[in-house]
Amino acid sequence: MELDIVELSRLQFAMTAMYHFLFVPLTLGLSVIVAIMETVYVMTNRPIWRQMTKFWATLFGINFVLGVATGLTMEFQFGMNWSYYSHYVGDIFGAPLAIEGLMAFFLEATFVGLMFFGWDKMSKVTHAVVTWLVAIGSNFSALWILIANGWMQNPVGAEFNPMSMRMEMTSFFEVMFNEVAQAKFVHAVSAGYVTASVFVLGVSAWYLLKGRHTELARRSIAVAASFGLASALSVVILGDESGYSATHTQKMKLAAIEGMWETHEAPAPFNLVGVPDREARETQFAVKIPFVMGLIGTRSLNNEMPGINELVKEAEDRIRNGIIAYDALMQIRAAKGDATPEMTAQFEAHSEDLGFAFLLKRYVEDPRLATEEQIVMASGDTVPGVLPLFWAFRIMVVLGFAFIALLAYFFVRASFYGMRFPRWALRAAVIVIPTPWIAAEMGWFVAEFGRQPWTVDGVLPTALSVSHLSVTQVAITLAGFVALYSTLFIIEMGLMVKYIRKGPYMDVAETDAWTKRHEEQLKCSGNGGNANVQPAE
Amino acid sequence: MILHQFIDFEVLRVIWWLLLGVLLTGFALTDGFDLGVGTLLPFVAKTDVERRVAINTIGPVWEGNQVWFILGGGAIFAAWPPLYAVSFSGFYLAMFLILAALILRPVGFKYRSKRESQTWRTSWDWALFVGGFVPALVFGVAMGNVLQGVPFRLTEDLLPIYEGSFFGLLNPYAILAGLVSVSMLVMHGAAWLVLKTEGIVAHRARIFGTYAALATIVTFVLAGLWMAAGIDAYAFVGEVATDGPSNPLMSEVTKGGSWMAAYATRPWIAIAPILGLAGAALAFVGFRAGKEGWTMLASKLSITGIIASVGLTMFPFILPSSIDPKSSLTVWDSSSSHLTLFVMLVSAVIFVPLILAYTAWVYKVLWGKVTTESVIENSDSVY
Repeated sequence: MELDIVELSRLQFAMTAMYHFLFVPLTLGLSVIVAIMETVYVMTNRPIWRQMTKFWATLFGINFVLGVATGLTMEFQFGMNWSYYSHYVGDIFGAPLAIEGLMAFFLEATFVGLMFFGWDKMSKVTHAVVTWLVAIGSNFSALWILIANGWMQNPVGAEFNPMSMRMEMTSFFEVMFNEVAQAKFVHAVSAGYVTASVFVLGVSAWYLLKGRHTELARRSIAVAASFGLASALSVVILGDESGYSATHTQKMKLAAIEGMWETHEAPAPFNLVGVPDREARETQFAVKIPFVMGLIGTRSLNNEMPGINELVKEAEDRIRNGIIAYDALMQIRAAKGDATPEMTAQFEAHSEDLGFAFLLKRYVEDPRLATEEQIVMASGDTVPGVLPLFWAFRIMVVLGFAFIALLAYFFVRASFYGMRFPRWALRAAVIVIPTPWIAAEMGWFVAEFGRQPWTVDGVLPTALSVSHLSVTQVAITLAGFVALYSTLFIIEMGLMVKYIRKGPYMDVAETDAWTKRHEEQLKCSGNGGNANVQPAE
Repeated sequence: MILHQFIDFEVLRVIWWLLLGVLLTGFALTDGFDLGVGTLLPFVAKTDVERRVAINTIGPVWEGNQVWFILGGGAIFAAWPPLYAVSFSGFYLAMFLILAALILRPVGFKYRSKRESQTWRTSWDWALFVGGFVPALVFGVAMGNVLQGVPFRLTEDLLPIYEGSFFGLLNPYAILAGLVSVSMLVMHGAAWLVLKTEGIVAHRARIFGTYAALATIVTFVLAGLWMAAGIDAYAFVGEVATDGPSNPLMSEVTKGGSWMAAYATRPWIAIAPILGLAGAALAFVGFRAGKEGWTMLASKLSITGIIASVGLTMFPFILPSSIDPKSSLTVWDSSSSHLTLFVMLVSAVIFVPLILAYTAWVYKVLWGKVTTESVIENSDSVY
């Protein structure tokens, strides 16, 4: 068997999490877009906006339910497959997950039923409020998940307790306002908005190409393009913010993304393309743009950014420090509550690097017995897979800028060209529908694969985090998840296509009645000849 | 942060033990009737319209109800990390079964009526049955195992190692506990259907509910007698620090004696099993007398009593270890830190009343029976 328990567990987590995130971005964005449409309906009273609301809400529902279903796995699989992780950092990591449930998920899930079934049971305004509550709930949900995830990237507000053998929270405030978490939250949520905008744009473009539901499609494009453009700009700005915070929180990840092996004198150049080569420890065929990396990473011309080789040296020092901490920890544990002040002092002086000693566990049971060679090997392990990171990052960034161009184009056409779109542009909008998902998955890949070899950066190695399970057990569940998820994915896609083909439910009588009333109102107020006031169809 | 010092660590631990009970009960009372309706679906509703009526009684609320389950997971993670780590990795394949079944459920609700095909709809009906019955059974089986102690031990580093097997979970006592769980949730689902439907569906639900209430009484009494006679209890050896660090290995535990000893030292806890039985008996009467509201209330009381019986009997034990009693998880040694428990309590105090308030509002808006006419009339928009 090639795969060991750690790799199988990672594979299962990656599979279930990335699958979950096929549905989440659309939920985040579409909930807001639907709420915006319904708000327009409440304010203008035009039936077309209600039809839009109901149509996009139907697609939202088909997608939402799989997000909920696959989210169940996310809530429980830390305990199932990562039980040492759960024990070791549950004191900090569990809190945001629980608060997510209390504050966000209850809100979203309780009101989503009313959103679909409550149209005739409450006033228009109340229903719009319900829709907004669903959107707010979804987005708060993302906030707490990213606070949890941000802590894995930048574990602030916690320290190790030798008595309970785990990390314990020292400041909830620091955990909550972790700079990494805040930047990631806005970045991820905006990415969801872009995903939904590109989806709405693409589906509407398809209707325009087919000459169906043109009024609904044009208005939907107007909403998607303006909302999407603002979000696409926000994605890039906050992505840059994430990169900037990584220069002091996750230097190794940043250096790996850049394929930057040697420390370059400031300001470092940016490797536009290239082939990072782990063996040779250099990036082959690199095309460099001077200064740019230094500017992005440090926002200055004179601050240096460390390369991978220098960071490996640093890790080696930290491993040695970690061994001292580990030694003190073993003494404290052997003393069974009667630890001398010297032991405690020794531990506290080095406890920051305890996690680095755990990197040795892969090679030797007791890190104190590690050989020089093993220490060097363990320090080399702190380098994540540079080649996949380098390219995943670049694919994400190129797509990010492409979304700005696409949405800006449609925004301009919608605003200044009377909503007339050339057919080539509409075709392009249909073709690019899947790309935001690629960008989002690449983003998660960069964030989590780039965190390796740690589950919690500098605190707990991935190899130690797993549950004590057999390979067979994990293989069974992995196969089970793959089968179940693939089936559901096919079913979901089938329904999406069916409901897009079917199109919105148009109440012709109601629309006619409204148009008639509207025209009469215009006559009464004497605005009949005003060309700016157009009745809805 | 020093605010947390105002509430003692041991008090916070007891509060979180209670809140754990509240969450489990909240889950059983709300999502419980969803599970019961799922289990009953193929039997109380025969035609497509009947099934849609049954499904639409829970259609608008199952999502909110299910959050009790998810929050249960999150709260165990946050407040009782060792419990989260030991139980879910130990019951690994059982957990997978529950997840797979529960994943089918939302999809079934949402997708079933989106295509006309009879095969499509019947397949989802059975998926909904699995999504109701399997979790209802496995939750009970898990409880049955917890009462007996679970074969795990903790290493010096506090890595949980589970030595049992999946089929070891399916021992006779655990299966009996599983039947208690299925009976009470079917009773609850039937009470809900009687309340929310009319005609033939309500009629069939009333019959199933009557039997389920009876089965709840019989299986619960049997499980109690068996526990008293044949299940070993766990107890601390000597004094135990109630505000010490959360490290289960720091206390000594023995296995032996009977859980009934708890009823000698704390006689008042007998109120829980009495409530469990009396509630089921009242539900039985309610089903027969056609008192819909009372039946639902009685069923709720019964479930609350049954869940409380397990918790109160075992206190302060949460998850005893059958092969290494020393590793047993208890209220005093497997919680989160003082600060985390406090932060979580503050969030719970803020949000739980809000949740209860808006949930009540949603149920009020949706008040009333789901009728055949309403389903046919809104055929495009309902489940």
